[in-house]
Amino acid sequence: MQEASPLLVVEDLRTYFFTRRGIIKAVDGISFTLNAGETLALVGESGSGKSVTCLSLVRLVPEPAGRIVGGRVLFEGEDLLRKSPAEMRRVRGKQIAMVLQDPMTSLNPALTIGTQVTEVVRLHQGLRGSSLRTRVLEALRRLRIPGAEARLQHYPHQLSGGMRQRVSSAIAMSCMPRLLIADEPTTSLDVTIQAQYLELLKEVQAQTGVAIILVTHDFGIVAANADRVAVMYAGRIVELGSTLHVFNSPSHPYTQALLQCLPSVELKRPHLVEIGGQPPDLASLPPGCPFAARCAKRQPICDEEYPPAVAIEAGHVAHCWVAAAVEA
Amino acid sequence: MESYDMEKTLWATLRRASRRQPPFVPSLILSALVFAAIFSPYLAPHDPTEGDITRKSIPPVWMERGTWEHPLGTDRFGRDVLSRIIYGTRISLAVSLIAIGVAGTVGTTVGLVSGYRGGVTDAVLMRLTDIGLSLPTILIAVVLVAVSEPSFRNVILVIALLLWPRFARQVRGETLAIKEQDFVALAVVAGRSSLWIISRHIFPNVVPTLLVICTLQVGYVILLEGSLSFLGVGVPPPNPAWGLMIADGRGFLATAWWISLFPGLAMLLTVLAVNLMGDWLRDRLDPKLRQI
Repeated sequence: MQEASPLLVVEDLRTYFFTRRGIIKAVDGISFTLNAGETLALVGESGSGKSVTCLSLVRLVPEPAGRIVGGRVLFEGEDLLRKSPAEMRRVRGKQIAMVLQDPMTSLNPALTIGTQVTEVVRLHQGLRGSSLRTRVLEALRRLRIPGAEARLQHYPHQLSGGMRQRVSSAIAMSCMPRLLIADEPTTSLDVTIQAQYLELLKEVQAQTGVAIILVTHDFGIVAANADRVAVMYAGRIVELGSTLHVFNSPSHPYTQALLQCLPSVELKRPHLVEIGGQPPDLASLPPGCPFAARCAKRQPICDEEYPPAVAIEAGHVAHCWVAAAVEA
Repeated sequence: MESYDMEKTLWATLRRASRRQPPFVPSLILSALVFAAIFSPYLAPHDPTEGDITRKSIPPVWMERGTWEHPLGTDRFGRDVLSRIIYGTRISLAVSLIAIGVAGTVGTTVGLVSGYRGGVTDAVLMRLTDIGLSLPTILIAVVLVAVSEPSFRNVILVIALLLWPRFARQVRGETLAIKEQDFVALAVVAGRSSLWIISRHIFPNVVPTLLVICTLQVGYVILLEGSLSFLGVGVPPPNPAWGLMIADGRGFLATAWWISLFPGLAMLLTVLAVNLMGDWLRDRLDPKLRQI
């Protein structure tokens, strides 16, 4: 699936929050690429910087406390961080769309479904009348929303959570964006609806060729839906590679620990495995590897210097001194 | 046993149904008032501003010297009290509705912009609102109208000036809460301008609260206008404003008490009815508010 040039190239993105407590380095130098039609999963625990990364990509970081302080976000070759607000408004919605976690608040309770979808389509496609309505119904049917015609008159509170999430996604996909950022879209849904939704998303991707960044804390979802995965910790990507590679040969101790934590039917373990300790305070990060304090394989150098990217195999890197020693 | 359960359900259903309807007596009173305001010329037996001096200070019909021609008596200029009360509904309703309209528009705009934009805009607008809220109402009204002269326009402007901060403060609070909802963030992601988001996404969600505030303010404004007219800085004579009527009769409370009492009662009933309706409306809209 090698495209001529990747759809999205993120280079050394840094987003800091300036508070009275100090500077919180929510995203501290992450880099990754994404090709058209690909799904990249961003995994990590709460506070690892996954959501702030998403907000940074569309420049929605809450100001004045938050600010993107460095790096480049090349979308189709153009640096989004250099664009004017007016230019960004044109990119958003049309080229990049988002789906958020909570279906209850993702839709405006005071407007009908029809109005909300129509607005977005009208803004970006400039259609009127019957062609507008056709496109709106198309958008709803793409997400397999039953009885789309009737739904146009309904208000969000008349829909179930799963259906609302589908409507949100229909709105996001209505203008055929090249990139869809889905920030934990299934976390609020129950498991069967989750599976349904993710299948639907894959279908839509196959139909439209949209690239997806899927933020999740669930490795099961990663395994079933992502082509590549980036594991985040304390604002950095600690391991990045294809799902197959990362699952088969996890090279960063954090990834290894996370995979070990998954309860397994085959391996009979008497206790659930946990990772001891807490994530570091993002306002006072240690000079070395942020995971060092909790790492079973910690070495003296881990406390002193941040580990460089170590190539494990093609397209698979990990930031770890121990992995560096192994590969050497 | 069975019939007891059925009764319970029937009673519960009836109770629920009645809560959906507005309260009976207040609605009746308000309908009567609006009806009187619209059809004053057909309802009032006499002209409200022309008085027959030979018929001054006639008591209400049930008293000695009373007559059915003037059921509620006449004032010291010979003007029929009942007719003046009927025409007075126009003044009270018109002044309050227009003043609330103006104050509501200004206050809502300020609240929306202030809440959505935040930062310096918010700080400046809120300081203005604070100043507005700290002004001693009657004092300022008296001073302002004394500087200009009493007229319909001035009374409405003065009341609106004193009223808009209340709207601004409430609407700003609502805006702050609504602004944090995901659908607003998604509207930004979809590429919407601030103006669009404020008017198409935030404002419709503010409307229920706005309706309630408006209804609750009507009573207050009617009283305010009444007080201003009473003090002589509201609606100018010879308009049949209830406040003016009360003032007229002030010197004769012992002898010709009907001149002040009936307009006072009219005001009381109106404000009471409006407040009860406002309460009902707030209770009715509340569950829907909580859905946001």
